[in-house]
Amino acid sequence: MNSPPLRLYTFAAPSRFYQLAGWLVPWFWVATVALTVAGLYIGFFIAPTDATQGEAYRIIFIHVPAAWMSMLLYLVMAFWAGIGWAFKARLASMVARAIAPTGAMFTFLALWTGAIWGKPTWGTWWVWDARLTSELILLFLYLGYIALVNAIDDVRRADQAGALLALVGSVNVPIIYFSVKWWNTLHQGATISMTAAPKMASTMLTAMLLMTLAFWAYAFAVVFTRTRAIVVEREAHAGWVAELAGGRMRP
Amino acid sequence: MNWGSASAFFEMGGYGLYVWGSYVVTALLMTLEPWLVHRRQRRSLRDAARLNPGNEAES
Amino acid sequence: MRDLFLAVLLRDLKLASRRRIDSLLPVVFFIVALSLFPLGVGPEPQMLRDIAPGIVWVCALLASMLSVGSLFAGDLADGSLEQMLLAPQPAIAIAAAKSAAHWLLTGLPLIVATPLVGLLFGLSGPALAALLAGLLLGTPILSLLGALGAALTLGLRSGGMLLILIVLPLTMPALIFGAGAVSNVEAGLSASGHFSLLGALLLGTALGAPLATAAALRISTE
Repeated sequence: MNSPPLRLYTFAAPSRFYQLAGWLVPWFWVATVALTVAGLYIGFFIAPTDATQGEAYRIIFIHVPAAWMSMLLYLVMAFWAGIGWAFKARLASMVARAIAPTGAMFTFLALWTGAIWGKPTWGTWWVWDARLTSELILLFLYLGYIALVNAIDDVRRADQAGALLALVGSVNVPIIYFSVKWWNTLHQGATISMTAAPKMASTMLTAMLLMTLAFWAYAFAVVFTRTRAIVVEREAHAGWVAELAGGRMRP
Repeated sequence: MNWGSASAFFEMGGYGLYVWGSYVVTALLMTLEPWLVHRRQRRSLRDAARLNPGNEAES
Repeated sequence: MRDLFLAVLLRDLKLASRRRIDSLLPVVFFIVALSLFPLGVGPEPQMLRDIAPGIVWVCALLASMLSVGSLFAGDLADGSLEQMLLAPQPAIAIAAAKSAAHWLLTGLPLIVATPLVGLLFGLSGPALAALLAGLLLGTPILSLLGALGAALTLGLRSGGMLLILIVLPLTMPALIFGAGAVSNVEAGLSASGHFSLLGALLLGTALGAPLATAAALRISTE
């Protein structure tokens, strides 16, 4: 059988994506581990202690990357969902659905590490500062998307409804962030902003950057794998899936 | 190098519980998630195999 | 397009007038829910005055969300929604009309009931005025966003709770500015910033939400 010439959008076909992703995922894991080791090494063994917060500040090396990823993944999810809706590109919709749980996980992590960081620094397990409150609302946005697409049985309707919700959510994220910041400065007495964080020595920044890239690679690995699962679930009746599943069961 | 000894490393200047509490939960979730996704992927292949019983090549 | 808008709006109002008790339920819920707070947190007047703006807004939010769930359900059940969508005019007219109907039937009654609530919570004159002004700007936002949620969750089993989950985060900015305006006035500061922002939110939502709701209606009925 002749392979047609490869073009970039060839990989928009679920079967092609399945193969490409399967090839790439192990490399993403390699990158994740390497970047994590490098980032944490610098973060714990080279970056100095912080003058005000002591060793507790080292939570920043997972808190900030998790927060950045949570916001970035939401936008990426909305983007691909929108593409899937606009161009009826099934794979794009599948990728969007695959991103949601990972994005929600990072949001939860950002909240968890944020809360734990708050305890030794400000004495309470939770502070309603602008950033944490925005993260909480972002978690609700993720959960809403996941709940909506899971509640609709018709796959096409679910994809499109999810895309609309995610796009509306994206427009709202800056509005929500701004309003929460406004709200926070009004009630200044109770809270201290988490952005009054340590003046970053360059080694701290490097470590944080490396950890962000590590989380990026992780996200690729997990999202691509989940997309592969979704592809097989949805295309279960297609010939290529039958061959794949009936023959050698490659994980 | 920042740490005089292994125990100093674990204590994190008194903040050990907080720092390691964060890192352990993070590591846990970032291991759990890939594992769950991996399971889902294998399950999807099994289900697809069941849906397409005509394939003889059960190697 | 104006004809379709008016037709749908007047129809909804007429239908509501035949079920007056049902139409009053959101207001009753509003007042009952608000009354729970003194029972829960204690009757101390200053504290009630402090929390009043926030809880009035939250209860208005919940009352809106609970009544918006059935916005399209009746029309979906008897087939009239499909008929409306077959009309040559854009579905935005339907979305806008439904949102307007919801506001007239839920939002406006809530605003009318608020002075009574102000009495229950001991709000001063200026504070009550700020609350009413904020609700006047904010309840249409709630109706517009609620309509979007109702269109997205049309016909789903878990509809009600799901609608609240997806719409509530979007309404938080309105809540923040609306309640914040009253707090400011009570503290003797100006609330003009809050009202400007609320107004801007209303404008933006009025321009964007019916469009999104129309798209959602098409998605949910195809």
